[in-house]
Amino acid sequence: MTEILGEGKGELIGWHDPDEAREWVMKNKSRALKDKNMSAAEAVSRFVPDGAFIASGGFGHVRISMAIVYEIIRQKKRQLIMAGKTAVHDLDLLVGAGCVDRVEAAYSFGHELRGLSPASRRMVQSGQCQVVAETSNAGYQWRFLAAMMGISFMPSRTLLGTDTGKYSSCKVIKDPFSGKPVNLIPAAYPDVAFIHVHRCDAYGNAQIDSILVEDFELSRCARRLIITTEKIVDNETIRKVPWRTAIPFFVVDAVVEVPFGSHPCEMPGMYYYDEEHIAEWLSLSKTDEGVDDFLNKYVFSVDNFDDYLKLCGGARKLNYLKKREHFKVPMTAPWREKA
Amino acid sequence: MLKKGALGTRYNLREYLAFLGASVLEDERSVFVGTGLPIIAAMLAQKTHAPRLLILFEAGGMGPQLPELPISVGESRTYYRGIAASSMHDVMSLSQAGYVDYGFLGAAQIDRYGNINTTVIGNHDLPTVRLPGSGGANDAGSFSQRLIIITSNQSKRTFVNRVDFLTTAGYLDGPGGREKAGLPRGSGPYRVITQLGVYGFDEATKRLKLVSLHPHASLDEIKENSGFDIIIPAKIERSPEPKEPDLRILREEIDPAGIVLGK
Repeated sequence: MTEILGEGKGELIGWHDPDEAREWVMKNKSRALKDKNMSAAEAVSRFVPDGAFIASGGFGHVRISMAIVYEIIRQKKRQLIMAGKTAVHDLDLLVGAGCVDRVEAAYSFGHELRGLSPASRRMVQSGQCQVVAETSNAGYQWRFLAAMMGISFMPSRTLLGTDTGKYSSCKVIKDPFSGKPVNLIPAAYPDVAFIHVHRCDAYGNAQIDSILVEDFELSRCARRLIITTEKIVDNETIRKVPWRTAIPFFVVDAVVEVPFGSHPCEMPGMYYYDEEHIAEWLSLSKTDEGVDDFLNKYVFSVDNFDDYLKLCGGARKLNYLKKREHFKVPMTAPWREKA
Repeated sequence: MLKKGALGTRYNLREYLAFLGASVLEDERSVFVGTGLPIIAAMLAQKTHAPRLLILFEAGGMGPQLPELPISVGESRTYYRGIAASSMHDVMSLSQAGYVDYGFLGAAQIDRYGNINTTVIGNHDLPTVRLPGSGGANDAGSFSQRLIIITSNQSKRTFVNRVDFLTTAGYLDGPGGREKAGLPRGSGPYRVITQLGVYGFDEATKRLKLVSLHPHASLDEIKENSGFDIIIPAKIERSPEPKEPDLRILREEIDPAGIVLGK
């Protein structure tokens, strides 16, 4: 008889019974090698319904599928639940825009060194966005690990004894081997995840030239996976060096080619954050009117990512960001002055 | 917030906290760091007395030789000339399995047992202030054998009798609390560094105890800026002060733009 020592009171988001999860994969995911190249608009329209549980790969403002984030806002998706895993700019925009109204928070509503996120915090503090559960970074990481493994939970020693644990959806039991309390982290299967990669073939085999963060596990547990890629390459490029494949094609549902597709977030090895653009958001998003102004300018007035990049300074700005990534120009912190 | 003049004209408060943070870290040990002052302290340690300090970042960066201050713990600088660029699963697992000697965090609120709040001020469901949440903090606090906490604003509002939300485990409710909850044996908070002093934890009671008082601070200020009683030893040590090479490294190499340390 399993002794349950404690149960978190957070809402259990995205958990599925292991048999249900397997049957879903067998019915809905194809092993066929087919061309999945499509536009961001089509990918979002097909794979992101209202009310979906969504997850963004990368690390909040590092290697982010910004084309998908903007398209979700453009298509006015609503009542989304977002995995606030390592969420920074991605979540701030989606909550600020009113697309996401529920968050399971590991790290959310903050912009790391830049400070707190005015828009999404305001939505939480006014009750428009609910934090339905708390967890930690390892907590979320191991939700995806359990789901990737096709099992119901992953045991861990994190969250024990804390309010983060109490507000999570975890359960604490007595470990039958050690006799000590152990935390059981429930599996999470996002309805859709979106991950930005360095290169990918049309079938979905993706290479990532940086830390994976949580993307190894996330890509393998999401029910639908949209890959945005700096460049679509041919299948030969993948087959020459198969040990470099981070994500295999058969977990992927859409491949969207978006050069500079992580802007204004960093793309490791390629371009740094556009601090000027992020500072503009952090400043404008202090008010609801400012949020509308920003979204009207950068999301609603354009219908594709290339036009958006032109608004952000085009080739001149992108060249500067490439130089910044490679330390050829100094660091700046315009959001500091604007604060 | 102490002005430069209060500490003398040589260094400001944040530079001092970074220096003190660096002084706790040992060569050939591993440290798991969060944004801001913790990274700066680790970088200073690596450039001075601990050149083989192994810096680990939760998103997967391992053993970098940091070229400049990262904005994010998940960006490319966190594995620049690193020994590996891995994943969160890898780094968190290694932490849980005992490979992390030091964890280094900030805190919004802290109590006498080193329990930390970075989630909410006020009620959880409709908070007065919503903070970012645990991030990797709870994990660092659960897994690091020794946790170092750094904050520049010790006051009655931050050193509280009871945290509004217990985000990250210190010693929980006192001696044996961590082990009873199932946390790793012998792990827990080791140092708390503020603008007034460096603190440790009393072996028997696991309560916050003064280790050294800063040169510019007084015992009265320590007591006035805490909502709970801090154990004061009979003999008061004074905190060490940075030398010119430390300050030069901080100002010219680590944070030349003054993003965290100011100018």
